[in-house]
Amino acid sequence: MLGSDVVLRALEAEGVDIVFGIPGGAILPTYDAMARGTTVRHVLARHEQGAGHMAEGYARASGRVGVAIATSGPGATNLVTAIADAWMDSTPTVFITGQVRSDLIGTDAFQEIDATGITMPIVKHSWLVQDKHELVPALKAAFHVARTGRQGPVLVDIAKDVQEAELEFEWPDEVDLPGWRPPRRVNARQIREAALAIAQAERPIIYAGGGVLNGDACRELLELVDSDRLPAVVTLMGKGCLPDSHPLNYGPPGMHGSKYGNWALNKSDLVIAIGTRFDDRVTGKVSAFAPGAKVIHFDIDAAEVGKIRAAEIPVVGPLKFALTELVAELRTAREEHTPKHEPWLRQLEEWRASFPYRYTKVDGILKPQTAIEALRDLSTTVDGDVIWTTGVGQHQMWAMQYLVCDKPRSFITSGGLGTMGYGVPAAVGAKAARPDATVVCIDGDGCFQMTCQELATAALEGLPIVTVVINNGWLGMVRQWQELFYAERYAQTHLTKQVPDYAQLAEAYGCAGFTVENEDDLESTLAAAFDAGRSAVVDVRCDPEEKCFPMVPAGAAAVDVIEAPDEEGALR
Amino acid sequence: MSTHTISVRMENKPGALARVSQLFSRRGYNIMSLAVGPTERADISRLTLRVDCRDDSLEQIEKQMHKLVNVLRVTELVADESLERELALITVTVSPDRRAELVSLSQLAGARVADIGRDAVTFEVVGRPDQVEAFEELVRPYGVRELVRTGRIGLRRPSANGRMNTPTVSV
Repeated sequence: MLGSDVVLRALEAEGVDIVFGIPGGAILPTYDAMARGTTVRHVLARHEQGAGHMAEGYARASGRVGVAIATSGPGATNLVTAIADAWMDSTPTVFITGQVRSDLIGTDAFQEIDATGITMPIVKHSWLVQDKHELVPALKAAFHVARTGRQGPVLVDIAKDVQEAELEFEWPDEVDLPGWRPPRRVNARQIREAALAIAQAERPIIYAGGGVLNGDACRELLELVDSDRLPAVVTLMGKGCLPDSHPLNYGPPGMHGSKYGNWALNKSDLVIAIGTRFDDRVTGKVSAFAPGAKVIHFDIDAAEVGKIRAAEIPVVGPLKFALTELVAELRTAREEHTPKHEPWLRQLEEWRASFPYRYTKVDGILKPQTAIEALRDLSTTVDGDVIWTTGVGQHQMWAMQYLVCDKPRSFITSGGLGTMGYGVPAAVGAKAARPDATVVCIDGDGCFQMTCQELATAALEGLPIVTVVINNGWLGMVRQWQELFYAERYAQTHLTKQVPDYAQLAEAYGCAGFTVENEDDLESTLAAAFDAGRSAVVDVRCDPEEKCFPMVPAGAAAVDVIEAPDEEGALR
Repeated sequence: MSTHTISVRMENKPGALARVSQLFSRRGYNIMSLAVGPTERADISRLTLRVDCRDDSLEQIEKQMHKLVNVLRVTELVADESLERELALITVTVSPDRRAELVSLSQLAGARVADIGRDAVTFEVVGRPDQVEAFEELVRPYGVRELVRTGRIGLRRPSANGRMNTPTVSV
């Protein structure tokens, strides 16, 4: 068969059911192989960045490897943002790009770009396939590397003549990667030390991140929390790994986390970090982060342990395995050490009662938080699962604060890279992965305009999503910084609420369009959008001046989190 | 800050060297010297790097390198337990009347004459990095026209205590 057929047979052998992409010159043979027949469904995106985020949304919603395909040159460069996003958030993805013929490589041929070179710092590994005999091993290794160890993106760049070459297809059982040996077990002594430290702690706090989802360790985390009544904070990327409505879940810490979440983490005497990387959005000023705490750090990636904050007890290995062992060891440790953290739990409850998320409603002004609360309430009436995606900015932080996600893989967002425009295509990908779920993208007006062309994909591919544009007419988070830190000099952040008319734009893309301007219409309009029977866009025109609180100013200690102004407008 | 020699065994594959060197620049570490070449196995290369960094940064570099798919093993070469060698070619400007003096000086210092021109001599010197530096200092007063050093290569001494080539990070 041809190399292009081999690509499809490889995808089938890896159990790939859907890929996202756009054809072009250098990848044409592979698209021709699709036309010859495959069980793999191809979703035609409108921009390669969209295809990339769809693959990410698919991976995040399903836990399987997401695949995006593009041509050489601009096809590959358009994928770069999605590859970088998958890199920062450890999303298991395989990106396949066409490359110019191998005899043209290096000649600045039409649509030639050094795709493996450009993406080198943002992939786990990449392969430039110029020899047909390397095609099968590269594809086999690509899926293996993407999904094992700390998950993430890989790139396979395939020269056009390799796609056109005749070769045999035999899918190997094993990969030959002598240098790729992710940890498969954990050190038993370190688990015992961790259990002992937890058993003796007075103010323990679990700090759980996206690694818990990636490591398929949510059930084990819940068991840890329940078995020892350990309180937890859960990062933006981890949202859903422990039910938000669990009484011991103190929500997100960090720049826009609650005061109680930040205090829980920063005033603890033992930080039990699980699948998280002490990101600057969480720690604030690192030297002032959890100053009285000893740190246990569980992670599959040894390089994350001790990268930002030294860990007194490092535990490197698969989280599912590590947490199972930890629960057992903790039970043993408890035979000699009775729990001492009940006063701490009472303290946390006091803080939670004293410092709730809050905003001030004003008659006649629709507050963005109100819209998100309405969505949260509406979602409880929906049959089946709800999956949320977001863009990046204020709306994302409000979604983090106000949505209740009780199931893993129900909150899909761009954390590390902070990619505006992630929401709509990620929602399309999530819908492709889980067609029975209701998929809702909470977007900002700035974000929406970066990738809204994928509404066409949603409409035409039978992947209905609901997009709620929190339209404040501004690049809201930037505006917030300008207001607070740049003396209200609003340089180039005003977008206007009216242009484009989002409802009309939605209709133009074959989606249902709605506009809401006041609170009274909010609930019924959102409900109508959920029931539209096709993709829908709701333009929620809301208060442009609302700011996202609580907030840890950049460079400040996380413990010095600023709450929302009170009714008189005073910050405290 | 202190200077460290890191030895990296890696698969001899296209792009492998680029991945390692890229990782250093992207994570903000400066490479002082880098030497790469074949090993006892055709499919494996060895890279010897000199870096100037803090000890905790060194640990971070090693861990990041371990994550590279083509990297097989990362070892720090500790001074007392390893051999390090370097080769330098040094062209020294010298007038014919002082040539004999320079050549005999270089022989005393263990360098060899690689080429002689009308107004210059090229020496080759092989040895420990400090010996190479010493020779460089020795001839500098004559006027060094051009100089190139390979950067150091190194191996752990078989006579050193403990296991051979113990990886400093186990994964």
